[in-house]
Amino acid sequence: MAKIKLADIAQARSGDKGDGSNVGIFAHNQADYEFLKEVLTPERVKQHFAKICKGDVVRYEAPNLLALNFILHDSLGGGGSESLKTDAQGKTHGLALLEMEVERA
Amino acid sequence: MRDKVLIANGQGFWGDSILGPIRLVREGPLDYLALDYLAEVTMSIMQKLKSRNPAMGYATDFVAMLDRILPEVADKGIKIIANAGGVNPHGCLEAVLELARKKGVKGLKVGIIEGDDILDRLPELIESGEEMRNLDDGRPLSDIDPERISSANVYIGAPAVAECLAQGADIVIGGRITDPALVAGPLMHEFGWGEDQFDQLAAATVAGHIVECGAQCTGGNFTAWRDVDDYVRIGYPVIEAHKDGTFFVTKHDGTGGLIDRRTVVHQLLYEMGDPERYLGPDCTAQFTSAQIEEVGENRVQVSGVKGTAPTDTFKVSISYHDGYKASGQLTVSGPDALAKAKLCADIVWGRLELDGCTFEEHQKCVEFVGAGVCHEGISETENPSEIVLRIGVKDADKKKVNRFGMEIVPLVTSGPPGVTGFAGGRPKATDIISYWPALIDKRKVETSVRVETV
Repeated sequence: MAKIKLADIAQARSGDKGDGSNVGIFAHNQADYEFLKEVLTPERVKQHFAKICKGDVVRYEAPNLLALNFILHDSLGGGGSESLKTDAQGKTHGLALLEMEVERA
Repeated sequence: MRDKVLIANGQGFWGDSILGPIRLVREGPLDYLALDYLAEVTMSIMQKLKSRNPAMGYATDFVAMLDRILPEVADKGIKIIANAGGVNPHGCLEAVLELARKKGVKGLKVGIIEGDDILDRLPELIESGEEMRNLDDGRPLSDIDPERISSANVYIGAPAVAECLAQGADIVIGGRITDPALVAGPLMHEFGWGEDQFDQLAAATVAGHIVECGAQCTGGNFTAWRDVDDYVRIGYPVIEAHKDGTFFVTKHDGTGGLIDRRTVVHQLLYEMGDPERYLGPDCTAQFTSAQIEEVGENRVQVSGVKGTAPTDTFKVSISYHDGYKASGQLTVSGPDALAKAKLCADIVWGRLELDGCTFEEHQKCVEFVGAGVCHEGISETENPSEIVLRIGVKDADKKKVNRFGMEIVPLVTSGPPGVTGFAGGRPKATDIISYWPALIDKRKVETSVRVETV
């Protein structure tokens, strides 16, 4: 088992979705996509964003894009013009997900 | 009928670079230039500007941009589709007509689309049974004091744009036209697509989604940013669309930036919900059906997109006044920057409490920029050499918010050492405008188009 960062095998983009953010992450080949599907459960993502995401995490799959899309509910401090946070639109959440370290055989 | 149509997007939001549209017009071939000026809270800002001056309430950037390129646009026969009208498409029309006369551009036809602005119709619509429940929390709109509602606009789709073009418009100005419809409208018009050709409309929706944020699909905000050449002259995207719905994402030769499978997939995922069901006024698009293929340098083909009938409701974007906020910042140098910044924040709350001014936890925000704010709990640093302390509050009471703003600058002389960087005066209370997304029966909304000739 070796420790890798998701940034080694995937890329991501994020943005706002009401008072939550969406984080889209995609792989560059089928094997890495299967690995992402296995390791990135909503629970694991929620745990990773524990200090940022106060609500549920919902996962969608887009196999044609080798992508997973996560909705991180209640992660923007209110969202829109209500938020006092620097990243009120979740623009940096994609890179934050790529920081995750995982074990891979 | 053209066998292919070139549509660019030169503006991702109100505030995007004026160089986008100017360079698109000058640096390569183009049939249509789509420009997106609206975001969720933009409408309420525009409504406020209009309440101060009835001639305002549209994206003035649009007119400033045309002031630089209108004769070239007219000479080249490029048509422009823009949702620059905001809450005052008529005012925007008048400003463009006046500009065209000033520039001596004769025969130009400028069209507007109206009917998306339902602010004045809200009482009547609620009376008729439209509850417009908040899509996030289910509350009916009647929960909000009507006095606090500052804008209400229906997201309208491609047919109104196509109709305006069919009436001969060279420039189409709308209010809350959806971002994808800025692309789908011209394609409906050019290819004669019917309102029931859902696969084609879905393909156009996907194309519109890819280009709606301008350079965000050509190397902007891209994970592998080191792979991107020449961010200075980044090319804005150009869609080469074909009648069957297949399209290519390209940019003009010689421009900077990058288009490949990765940059396109990045943008497909932007602000995505359920990729199986992307809801729009014209169709429900299946983003999971799109086949993405690199077919040349800076050229990506998208094909096979499937779509189904749209729902029988339009989305409505409503904004309302929701209290006040203020936020200020100080820079704290080392040694012990983080510990001192934490002390500074505690001092602010403590002194406010001494004066009887308290805020609940969820009304306060303290950030130590430089120690791991954006990636809180994920990549933090224990001992940064300096910190920017950002501290803010929100409350229904404007006086309390302004009282807070007075306790930040005193820290320079009455807190720990090495506190500096206070600029811009005391932070003052500003309005919080909250967003209320809802649905409305399509049959209750009528759009109309009008074309005027210079």
